[in-house]
Amino acid sequence: MARMRFLSDAERCVECNACVTACKNENEVPWGINRRRVVTISDGKPGERSISIACMHCSDAPCIAVCPVDTIYQTEIGIVLHSKDLCIGCGYCFYACPFGAPQFPQTGNFGTRGKMDKCTFCAGGPEEENSEAEFRKYGRNRIAEGKLPLCAELCSTKALLAGDGAVISDIYRERVINRGFGAGAWGWGRAYPNSGS
Amino acid sequence: MPRSTTSVATMKNNTATYARKATVIFLLALMAIFLTNSFSQTGSLAQAQTQAQNSQSPVGAPLGNSSDSDMWRAVKRGDRGNVSIIDKKSGVLIQSGGQFLRDLRNGPMFSYGAAAIIGIIALLSLFYMLRGRIRIDSGKSDVTVTRFNSFERFSHWLLAISFVILGLSGLNMIYGKFLLTPLVGKSSYGDIAMAGKWLHNFVAFAFILGLVLILIIWIRHNFPNRHDIVWLLKGGGMFTRGTHPPAKKFNAGQKILFWLIILAGASIALSGVSLLFPFQFSLFADTFEIINRLGFNLPTELTGIEEMQLSLVWHSVVSIFMVCVIIAHIYIGSVGMEGAFDAMGSGEVDKNWAKEHHSIWVDELESKERAKAASKQVAAE
Repeated sequence: MARMRFLSDAERCVECNACVTACKNENEVPWGINRRRVVTISDGKPGERSISIACMHCSDAPCIAVCPVDTIYQTEIGIVLHSKDLCIGCGYCFYACPFGAPQFPQTGNFGTRGKMDKCTFCAGGPEEENSEAEFRKYGRNRIAEGKLPLCAELCSTKALLAGDGAVISDIYRERVINRGFGAGAWGWGRAYPNSGS
Repeated sequence: MPRSTTSVATMKNNTATYARKATVIFLLALMAIFLTNSFSQTGSLAQAQTQAQNSQSPVGAPLGNSSDSDMWRAVKRGDRGNVSIIDKKSGVLIQSGGQFLRDLRNGPMFSYGAAAIIGIIALLSLFYMLRGRIRIDSGKSDVTVTRFNSFERFSHWLLAISFVILGLSGLNMIYGKFLLTPLVGKSSYGDIAMAGKWLHNFVAFAFILGLVLILIIWIRHNFPNRHDIVWLLKGGGMFTRGTHPPAKKFNAGQKILFWLIILAGASIALSGVSLLFPFQFSLFADTFEIINRLGFNLPTELTGIEEMQLSLVWHSVVSIFMVCVIIAHIYIGSVGMEGAFDAMGSGEVDKNWAKEHHSIWVDELESKERAKAASKQVAAE
């Protein structure tokens, strides 16, 4: 059985933020919520890297473990989904999540938390597949349509991969071998003809 | 060796291997955040790069002599990058403190908390079986004295009722999923928990008000005095029939309870307000700074989310402790002792009960009354 995963290749991400925009548009994400974000480390310094990050759909998800109700659950193909009907907006999942995936639009009194919202791997929620209610609460269910998450589908450098963990791992492994690294990297000899390699 | 075999997916596995040493890792992570901050400030990355070029060594990775592993290690320890969205806090790729919260909440806090609550009920049952109800040894007298006036009783019941509501809705957040969901189903339990959350959020203010009121009206009766030592040495007369150590308005046991409620209650209230208004306070960083003056070395640089994790754990642990204390208080104030409930019920207690449990207080009342009567007589004459 396939096990869905995201994989972000930091060597390829150019911080174009198209995945962020695509996610917001496809799922009509509430204001102030970013299901996906691009983080740049060592910004403007040597060794700068960008990574696109969202819910990583953990195998042993901390959010599921700490949720005081049964909001968060995992599907057969490893996608971590949430039910906005059950969520009480306590925020525990946000405190437990290593990646900052769960977020809360401020809707209650004194600006308290509303229902949790997070990346669904474009797989909707517990409602009937591709129903109006599902779209309104969770966004598009592309998985039910036989498609992969839009963020990865339209990534221009294919830095962000989504799909069966075994398949995307093979793609990544092949990539790492072919591109080489350091002085052995593709194009190095042309860029530095006198470097001796 | 491929330079960049690290993906976010594989880094997650590293997090899992640290699970058992959660507390240690948590503190290390805090220190690491501090260290990496100062590291990037000094710009040693750039220096390493220049050094690598100056020494004419073959330029390998764009990082010069420092490795990718170091960079990813820093990320795992909470290094913060840049994001182009408004919420700059989301520049943290990985925060590992959540593991500490999860381990504690689903581990010791869950099991020890349940054990403590069941344990205190078992102890009280055992005490009831052995000692029975503590009777008024000299029997009822048909004469009553006013122990608590209406304002005192209002303050007490404001605090008491709000505490019971907060306690039940709070325990529901820890145990409800396991106790109630099998009974009522996921959907109904979601509604119950939601109602509990709203009650918890709003009744909290009544609790804080009650806490302030009892502090104001009772603090003057709760400073320790020499009678308290005798009272404590005799176990309050609770374990031996016919023993009644003297006490003023409050005995040593009640004074301990008072200060526990004030201190633990204030601590619960503060951490609760910090949870109610997330990311607004640096409660634990400030507290640690004060504790550090006593020679401790606790982290004083905490991120917002670490503040929230600590607040949540502290709020729960102290609350469970207070639930146990209050269960014992409810026992002794109701079934455990004849005549005790009247003090908070009607406010009028039996005179014999008062003489047995608060002898000095009754003497003071009587001498006050005599003085009043005498002065009235003088005035009449």
